Amino acid sequence: MEKFTAFTSRMAPLAIDNIDTDQIIPARFLKTTSKAGLGDQLFYDWRYDADGNPKPEFIINSPEGRAAQILLAGDNFGCGSSREHAPWALTQYGFRAVISTSFADIFRGNSLKNSLLPIVVSQDVHKTLFAALEKEPAAIVRVDLAKQELTLPDGTTVQFPIDEFAKQCMLQGVDELGYILQQSDAIQAYEAKRPLSVNTLAST
Amino acid sequence: MSQRNGAAKPRTIIEKVWDNHVVSERPGAPALLYVDLHLVHEVTSPQAFSGLRERGLKVRRPDLTIGTTDHSIPTHDRSLPILDKVAEAQINQFEKNCRDFGIPFFGPHSEKQGIVHIIGPEQGLTQPGMTVVCGDSHTATHGAFGALAFGIGTSQVEHVLATQCLLQGRSRTFEVRVEGALKPGVGAKDIILNLISRIGIGGGTGCVFEYSGSAIRSLSMEERMTICNMSIEGGARAGLVAPDETTYQYLAGRPYAPKGAAWDRALELWRQLPTDSGAEFDKRIDIDASALEPMITFGTNPGMGIPISAPVPDPSAINDPLERESLGKALRYMDLPSGKPLLGHPVNVVFIGSCTNSRISDLRAAANILRGRKVNPNVRVMVVPGSQLVKSQAQAEGLDLVFKEAGADWREAGCSMCIAMNGDQLAPGEYSVSTSNRNFEGRQGKGGRTFLASPLTAAASAVTGVVTDVRTLL
Repeated sequence: MEKFTAFTSRMAPLAIDNIDTDQIIPARFLKTTSKAGLGDQLFYDWRYDADGNPKPEFIINSPEGRAAQILLAGDNFGCGSSREHAPWALTQYGFRAVISTSFADIFRGNSLKNSLLPIVVSQDVHKTLFAALEKEPAAIVRVDLAKQELTLPDGTTVQFPIDEFAKQCMLQGVDELGYILQQSDAIQAYEAKRPLSVNTLAST
Repeated sequence: MSQRNGAAKPRTIIEKVWDNHVVSERPGAPALLYVDLHLVHEVTSPQAFSGLRERGLKVRRPDLTIGTTDHSIPTHDRSLPILDKVAEAQINQFEKNCRDFGIPFFGPHSEKQGIVHIIGPEQGLTQPGMTVVCGDSHTATHGAFGALAFGIGTSQVEHVLATQCLLQGRSRTFEVRVEGALKPGVGAKDIILNLISRIGIGGGTGCVFEYSGSAIRSLSMEERMTICNMSIEGGARAGLVAPDETTYQYLAGRPYAPKGAAWDRALELWRQLPTDSGAEFDKRIDIDASALEPMITFGTNPGMGIPISAPVPDPSAINDPLERESLGKALRYMDLPSGKPLLGHPVNVVFIGSCTNSRISDLRAAANILRGRKVNPNVRVMVVPGSQLVKSQAQAEGLDLVFKEAGADWREAGCSMCIAMNGDQLAPGEYSVSTSNRNFEGRQGKGGRTFLASPLTAAASAVTGVVTDVRTLL
């Protein structure tokens, strides 16, 4: 993983609550055994018409959307299916962060493992951002993960929460598996005292 | 581990199972949690196996791992070839991955094949007090046994394959207490759809549900699975029911359940799991089971549910602009007017299946409505058992004949039209009454429109060809 650095960007607004991962990447694209090509399938059924042509009015097909590395979405973003294809599709398209008032648990965890930053803001800040984009579609914000700061288009700065461990992993560009593997002694010690367990290899 | 809470502090079952599985807890990091059972399927695992190969890692505990093919697999005759070559390649890759890494699996031709959340309980693999994970958000199904069971992404599938552990933050606890007796025609699906309609699909975010109360106690294991299954539709990654005699009776004698002295030892541990009296939950909601009607959804998320005789809500009555627009968007997609009930709305397809409602008791309930009746000629009805063993059991009871004589299509086991990856799907604009768990836009096929409901409501609507209150047919 690459190190997650501070950046400034425009935002692509998608003012819909409860955007589920089936919308982010429809299930029929999950038959792949790789991660390649998912960016083109992002929001497929909202983004393309019945003949597969991009709908020009859909935000991420527009020049404004294309220029944005941040998606500004409604409440409870990423609910539903656990498919990690959702953050894969978002990052392959070019998004580095999603701003919302809340995120579904599994999506949030999956995003943090793929250098996609879920930024939680208050209702007030959320409204301010949508209003700013209505006035000026090219409005810019700055994201600084190290300081957990979001600088709004008017220059004011707000803090956002993030799990400290995930933050360090993103800043350093390391994934969790290496950290877990280092604890093999603790895992072995735990296994030695487990009281009960099934054996899926047993003949029944 | 339990010192953290102080020896005397009463704990919920959620905290007990958690505490029992903490491998380590270092400052500045989430807990490292041990996984007792890892269920793997073809859709969310290929990239995890690729990751293992790239890093030169093995599967740490193939003996705590089991695979099945369910999401992409066709539900037509298994002797026929798989027409979708992309799906076929994914299934073949899955079998290769399981063989290469020594993981036992139930392939397309196994008599034990089925939906991952059906086979775990059916085989006795899912047991009280366990941690169970799977790259699937409906893993909470296994919570019906008093297991802490939750869905994970593909990165975490790789972590568990490699280490049998996960980094996990502690969740808040949320008691869902359901008291009273259900009325005829009302069941487990109606309880969970009612809960979600009240708290909304983000209402349980950050929480684990414990379902408690007399109404939950009186449910069978299969009904408890239906409820736990849809915990994620209320935003909770996990939901569970404390084990009791119903649980132990269901488990006893299952293929992978403990036997003899091991059973007695297990039972002793399981009996310590239920929430201590005086334990505190972070949140709580009460539901009066006796006041419930059959539930049905009208919109594009599972929280958009109503009692079957109630009117579809009116967006103009909502103050918050984003909420109003979300409801308006849903009704436009569903092409439904607000202000009147769904009763009498034409239906094109009825789907009876999915990890929510494809167990033998679901099929019996649907068959009881369809027996001696005919499916309305305007409706296509698919009945998809959750596993090949459920299918065999249904056939032994003659349920397949009931379905076929009524004019329904009797299929092979799989996820089928719940996720519409395998060719079983709605055509654009079609309406289904479906016993599955999600009514998101396009979930059952691009442009398709889903009403979620119980197997009873689905079967009743199959007979009449319109959304129907099953109580008129009982």
